[in-house]
Amino acid sequence: MDNQDQSAVAGAPSPALDDTPALLRFRDDAPFESPIAPLADFLGGGNFAAVRVDPGENARDLIPHLGRLKLIEVAFPKFRDGRGYSSANILREAGFTGEIRAVGDVLVDQIGFMRRVGFDSFAPDAPLDPGVVQATLDRYPYVYMKSADGKTPVWALRHG
Amino acid sequence: MYRYDQYDQAIVDARVAEFKEQVGRRLRNEITEDQFKPLRLMNGLYLQLHAYMLRVAIPYGTLSGTQMRMLAHIARKYDRDYGHFTTRQNIQYNWIKLEQFSDLLDDLSKVEMHAFQTSGNCIRNISSDQFAGAAADELADPRPYAELLRQWSTLHPEFSFLPRKFKIAVIASDTDRAAIQLHDIGLQLRKNDAGDLGFRVYVGGGMGRTPIIGKIVRDFIPVGQFLSYSEGILRVYNRYGRRDNIYKARIKILVTELGIEEFTRQVEAEWAQLEPLGLDAPQAEYDRIIAQFSDPEYDLTATDTLDLSDPDFAMWVAQNVHAHKQPGYAIATISLKPKRGIPGDASSAQIDVIADLAEKYAHDEIRVTHSQNLVLAHVRKADLYALWQALDAADLATPNLDLVTDIIVCPGMDYCTLANARSIPIAQNIAAKFENNVAEQRDIGELKIKVSGCINGCGHHHAGHIGILGVDKKGEEAYQLLLGGSGAEDASLAKILGPGLDENGIVAAVDKLIAFYRTARSAPEERFLDTYRRLGPAPFKEAVYG
Amino acid sequence: MPRILTGNRLETGDVLWWNGSDWSTQIKDAVALGEEGDALVARLVAEERINDPVLVDVTGEPGAYVPTTTRERVRASGPSVRADLARGSLSTEVI
Repeated sequence: MDNQDQSAVAGAPSPALDDTPALLRFRDDAPFESPIAPLADFLGGGNFAAVRVDPGENARDLIPHLGRLKLIEVAFPKFRDGRGYSSANILREAGFTGEIRAVGDVLVDQIGFMRRVGFDSFAPDAPLDPGVVQATLDRYPYVYMKSADGKTPVWALRHG
Repeated sequence: MYRYDQYDQAIVDARVAEFKEQVGRRLRNEITEDQFKPLRLMNGLYLQLHAYMLRVAIPYGTLSGTQMRMLAHIARKYDRDYGHFTTRQNIQYNWIKLEQFSDLLDDLSKVEMHAFQTSGNCIRNISSDQFAGAAADELADPRPYAELLRQWSTLHPEFSFLPRKFKIAVIASDTDRAAIQLHDIGLQLRKNDAGDLGFRVYVGGGMGRTPIIGKIVRDFIPVGQFLSYSEGILRVYNRYGRRDNIYKARIKILVTELGIEEFTRQVEAEWAQLEPLGLDAPQAEYDRIIAQFSDPEYDLTATDTLDLSDPDFAMWVAQNVHAHKQPGYAIATISLKPKRGIPGDASSAQIDVIADLAEKYAHDEIRVTHSQNLVLAHVRKADLYALWQALDAADLATPNLDLVTDIIVCPGMDYCTLANARSIPIAQNIAAKFENNVAEQRDIGELKIKVSGCINGCGHHHAGHIGILGVDKKGEEAYQLLLGGSGAEDASLAKILGPGLDENGIVAAVDKLIAFYRTARSAPEERFLDTYRRLGPAPFKEAVYG
Repeated sequence: MPRILTGNRLETGDVLWWNGSDWSTQIKDAVALGEEGDALVARLVAEERINDPVLVDVTGEPGAYVPTTTRERVRASGPSVRADLARGSLSTEVI
């Protein structure tokens, strides 16, 4: 299991950050704090190290620029809209190793899938119960298919 | 058939534990119904008119006697002593309680069963040919590939929040018994000129509000790469399928709006990215799964002759028994369309009987068909008479396969919260006119009547030789009449014949259509569908509305 | 036209009607509701314990209300094709 930055887990927002969603991170580096540009502004030539991708936007547009990005936020305005899962997977397939953050209507029952496709931080609109998050992430001992998290699929375990 | 290993079982056990925990949070009001609904749907649990309805997955429609017996147990312990087999080869229960659902899932998991992804906007249970492994005309058993798809699609992290549901069917013969051209993806196993196995890939077929016949996105994808190719199709769909309108969210609309050429270009481009990632299972995994679907140990001395001196038995054999690839064996279809019955329903006692008979006579295997019947695929001809007698004693030997009384029906407004009209009584009233005269049914010949209670088309009315669609007409139940559909290899979509009719009117109309067909057919062998295709709708319309 | 309140119990899925102070599984116990019905629905939606609470139009007299839509008559009586599973207080004949 990844190192979880428990100090940043939901539930203890500092008074100064009341409107900021509690951040759940699975990275050891410090959270990136600079402004996060909308995708159009970023592609328009602004000097940003963080960008936000909305569901209808093409994550592949970022591929030429991954080297100068530290954080890519992927927005989930509605939890039922699953386009962000493909966005994250595409970015990891392209070799991006920076932070990919799921932002918005992010529910605990999606976190397992999101971790698999390469999200390593979460800024949910409503705080998540850290105990339930951990139980969710620990639940599956095996997976059937490859994804961005690099877990070994059972067909590989079967045929070592 | 496929048996779970430790990995399969561990995943099912974890999934059951996960859903138990989710149910617990819902019952404690820690999540809202809006949040819980997609979770329960992904475990096959709907809220219908009378109670929760559970759809249990039967992967590619194949199950063992032990599993079948568990289905009877579920019906007895958690429901009202019956179940309903569906057009996607699953089984539904109509009276489930959420508070008992965890125990139910535990029971299912004891026999390698579950209800995952039988609903929700995800990849649904994979369907296949009910004669797989037994049909003389198949290239290979398609079910190992369906099993590979099952594993690939189970809890797929990228494709669990698709724009809409996604249905895949796999066959391996030129005769299409699984309606692959009416699925989101239809796969037909074939050989290329070099003799290699691969799939012809249809995409964007479907029924419902906008019925469309699938188009070929690739004529040949080698079997070793069909999973990554499927991943490519799903990724294009997940990214670009419409999410602004639930009625336009299926992949068929994306394929139509892009055009098949552009859609194909996008899929090929996506696959070019995905193929090098090693998403496909290795040959050893194919071999492992294929070995589990190897032929049963046939009795090589089994006689190929059959005593047909009992005329009732002979009738059943003529109608419900198909040729098997192995001499001395036959494929027997168990009709779930008895007189005055509810199509697809079976009581716990009947389910138990079928489990016993499968173990005794059919190498412990049962298949569910997309026509809501059951199949015993490997029966020695020498055992057919004893099998038939046992089936007959349980009201399971109706000799009506593919005949006018073998009607596909959705649950309709008797159960379903989406329905606009009842569908089961329509089927019963149509069947009532013919069910006491099998000779007349056989004279009419193959006739596929399909009844849906709403535009979603679970009763496949667009694929019916005669299709009936229930609609709401100012608060009254009314029915549209469609003709000319087929879900087989000659796939076509039924077209509306004329104005809607009330319940009595629709039943009378079917009567008139059949009477006209019998006078108009060019030969007794010409099917209703072929007469319609030859003559066109005008004389049929005249027969009903003239 | 009188309106009665119906919904399904979260735990069991049971079809329920509001009898003025509690839920009943029989439509014969249902009471007609005026404007207070809308407030009750709003409260029930927020409480998240009854699924799909809704007011439905009915005809007839107290103790013998009959919903105006086929759908609601089926909910009240049981499946028309399984008389053996009927709820009891409304005959499947009225569907």
